[in-house]
Amino acid sequence: MSETHILEARQLVKRFGDFEAVKGIDVAIDRGESFGFLGPNGAGKTSTMRMISAVSQPTSGTISIFGLDPRFDGPEIRSRLGVVPQEDSLELELSVRHNLEMFGRYFDLPRRVVRERATELLEFTQLSERANEKVDNLSGGMKRRLTIARGLINRPEILILDEPTTGLDPQARHLLWDRLYRLKREGVTLIITTHYMDEAEQLCDRLVVMDQGSIVAEGAPRVLIEQFSTREVVELRFITDDHEEYYERLAPFAERVEVLPDRVLLYVNNGDDTLRDVHAAHITPSSALVRRSSLEDVFLHLTGRSLTE
Amino acid sequence: MGAANNATPIDGLMIARSFPMIGSRRSLRVLERNALVYRAQWVMLISGFFEPLFYLLSISIGLNKLVGPLPVHGQFISYAKFVAPGMLATSAMNGAMIDAIFNTFFKLKISHVYDALLATPLDVTDIALGEVLWALARATMYSASFIICMAALGDAGSVWVILCWPGAILTSLTFSCMGLAACTFMRTWQDFDLVALVQLPLFLFSGTFFPITQYPQWLGAIVSFSPLYQSAALLRGLSLGQFDWIMIFRAGYLMAIALFGLYVAARRFSKILAP
Repeated sequence: MSETHILEARQLVKRFGDFEAVKGIDVAIDRGESFGFLGPNGAGKTSTMRMISAVSQPTSGTISIFGLDPRFDGPEIRSRLGVVPQEDSLELELSVRHNLEMFGRYFDLPRRVVRERATELLEFTQLSERANEKVDNLSGGMKRRLTIARGLINRPEILILDEPTTGLDPQARHLLWDRLYRLKREGVTLIITTHYMDEAEQLCDRLVVMDQGSIVAEGAPRVLIEQFSTREVVELRFITDDHEEYYERLAPFAERVEVLPDRVLLYVNNGDDTLRDVHAAHITPSSALVRRSSLEDVFLHLTGRSLTE
Repeated sequence: MGAANNATPIDGLMIARSFPMIGSRRSLRVLERNALVYRAQWVMLISGFFEPLFYLLSISIGLNKLVGPLPVHGQFISYAKFVAPGMLATSAMNGAMIDAIFNTFFKLKISHVYDALLATPLDVTDIALGEVLWALARATMYSASFIICMAALGDAGSVWVILCWPGAILTSLTFSCMGLAACTFMRTWQDFDLVALVQLPLFLFSGTFFPITQYPQWLGAIVSFSPLYQSAALLRGLSLGQFDWIMIFRAGYLMAIALFGLYVAARRFSKILAP
């Protein structure tokens, strides 16, 4: 396989009985890249992650990681990967430090090395002060950071993060993003799944949008937004039980109109101008907001459905 | 030669890799992990040493006075000497089953500890084998303390009681592999009532309290399939120093069940953890 790609998957399929979770996707990720899988719950992201982290085998298709085949070299591949799963799955009975040290031992690292790295990583994830506490006592954000520290104990070349900030408050998210930027600067390849478009825009150089087991778009976040959306979006809310009834009246004002249960989205190039025109036509929304297009809009355009509901 | 080299090689390594039962040296890390977790729960570890003492005292002080000597292979022995090896077998069974079933279920389906392990070089087979090794490590300690108590209380049949040590470890292996396989079929904590449903009759009817010659012949034949019966009979023979070729059969039977259990466990672990 190609030398330039640190990870390459071809025609990847995962079937569970009659259900096809992943329907023949192709992905190629470069060394040092920060790559995202964006999609709603059930899009097949986690199944894909489990295959590319050499845990579960694809039903069909091939994967090459570091030029190795997970069917035969699972342990070798995993020794060079870091995985931050969706569920923290920490050892609740053990202290923060012991969680890290024990995890390092699974990689056959000598005790002395494991102790040094645990100290470094606790510093890096700002958990040094909690080192001797039981994991049970930590907040959600701290547990998440510990799970990331755990994923780094073997100094992985690729760090795979499955929904890293789900359920965290904004402050905890930003701290986590900051740590991920630093890893990226150090040359670690990041593979991230998320259903938060702001996270994907912040963290990913390039991403694929997944829906119902297939890839529906691929590219850099900015490029995808330019390609599949307009520059700006006007969000209008009306006092009504059914926003659908405004579709006809608003259609002439925009390139494209999307009706959501609680609001109407107008895809336009200049939001302020459009809003003025709408008001001039005596259409009076209860609230109006002009914003830039985001990946959410890309997703809505590609699938006809909203990403997070 | 040149053409043959291009064919897909099917060497011993590939066969070993595709054989789902063999774990690797990495399974020792699971042992290390369990030891670390138990260090934080040392009370539980210590309690395992008291269990045999309670068992044996209840027999030596209580039952032994009420029940007269029993004939075993034409030799009359005290009830305590008859029942102590059975108790050792039972204690090995309970220790192995409870740890394999309850603790493994917790790690498999509640705390997702194993999911985290699979993000390391460890394989599913390493995890299954590691848990069995852990059961053996504990059995080695507990059965040693049981046998020392037996000897101290005068319940040992002969100096050959020392051979009960490996015998008890084999018993633990059998039940730990069975327990590991069984726990993969559990869906909720309610399913654990079924374990008691199997464990209790095994305990009561496997010839641990009285010789199975007491049973009608057909019932005795059924009981002889019970691994606990085979274990108790093996340990009794060893304790009394009554050696017999059938002991090799009994040990082989326990070993065969162990291997089958480990095979099923490893396959089921794969299905659950890496679908």
